[in-house]
Amino acid sequence: MARLAETRRETETARTLLFDVPDWPGHLAGQHVDVRLTADDGYTAQRSYSLSAPDQVELAVQRIGDGEVSPYLTDVIGIGDPVELRGPVGGWFVWRPGTGRAVLLIAGGSGIAPLMAMIRARRLSGDGTPFTLLYSVRTPSDVYFADELRRPVPGLDVTLLYTRGTPDGWLRPPGRLTAADLDPADTDRDCFVCGPTGFVEAAADLLVAHGHDPRRIKTERFG
Amino acid sequence: MGIVSPGFHGRRRESAGGLPPGQYLTNDFPVLSAGPTPRIPQDEWEFTVTTESGREHRWTWREFLDLPSETPQVDIHCVTKWSKLGTEWQGVSLDVLLADVETEADYALAHSYGGYTTNLPLDDLLDGKAWVVHRYDGEDLEPEHGGPARLLVPHLYFWKSAKWVRGITLLTENEPGFWESAGYHDYGDPWREQRYQGD
Repeated sequence: MARLAETRRETETARTLLFDVPDWPGHLAGQHVDVRLTADDGYTAQRSYSLSAPDQVELAVQRIGDGEVSPYLTDVIGIGDPVELRGPVGGWFVWRPGTGRAVLLIAGGSGIAPLMAMIRARRLSGDGTPFTLLYSVRTPSDVYFADELRRPVPGLDVTLLYTRGTPDGWLRPPGRLTAADLDPADTDRDCFVCGPTGFVEAAADLLVAHGHDPRRIKTERFG
Repeated sequence: MGIVSPGFHGRRRESAGGLPPGQYLTNDFPVLSAGPTPRIPQDEWEFTVTTESGREHRWTWREFLDLPSETPQVDIHCVTKWSKLGTEWQGVSLDVLLADVETEADYALAHSYGGYTTNLPLDDLLDGKAWVVHRYDGEDLEPEHGGPARLLVPHLYFWKSAKWVRGITLLTENEPGFWESAGYHDYGDPWREQRYQGD
């Protein structure tokens, strides 16, 4: 059983939840958990959420308008409240320190969560592998982990791609990820792509068309 | 009963009855896959059954379309918790594809374009329980959903219904596939909620 220990507001519709879980076995960056909620009459609902930190049981949850579980997690659950967590789950969409291979992360919206766990795992382990993050969001107020991503980290290159509205004076016009956002000379990377299905499909297709090895592109989708 | 989460009521969609435990109903058709979508032209597509002795039975796209097809209407259940009811497919029963195959094997490993694999007991592919389907909802199957053709084994979690299927290898010993090697259940019966190893 897990208890909510701390929350942070990420955006208007999303928040980060940190849980206390006795006997948590640890996990790899990129893995997820199943959250199971039970009502007082025994009705249950469960959903999967990516862990957004490598060293803590932290979830970043986006409220889905007609969702059943996410609005409870973003707006209702209070500090100390219990939930059932199952995990960690998933042994494929994971990054481990020490591979020596450069990494390209591509996030769409709340798809940043498992990629943030990878960025943090890199920093915590002192791994110097070059990381590039391309993070597609609608507007500047939709950026998760905004303060942390603004802080410079050696070897971590963060590029925000705004699709609807940009900060003042931003050079790139608002729009979806295109081939022009990829570095043509830099295809020797392990790629991790996470976001809504349409975004992931488009991004993975772009990477393949751009010369990335399909076997080195790992994807995780939701929605 | 599990631990009650204070203030959680849930949505209680009426139609939620009749679903396997832990599933919710969707009318969309979500996608789950581990990498880029392979794009396989129909005229390059082949389907191969390989027996435990190495004998191969192969169909080109044309030959596959000439086989007698069925139109199963089935409920599908994804391990990521969505279920979709009454989906309509068209394809060839594995009973037809395996009719002339001589084998003593008890297990099967399905292979896909792009490298995906998934394992099943051979019995779960027989007796009208499994198909290789090339049409969904009256249209050619989209690449995102596994086109040109995918396996359809609706009584197991949907990761067993391998997208972009290119063949089946028959084996005398069980050999875990892609997700089965990554912590997911070896068999994957949604009604027994066999999501992960140990369930």
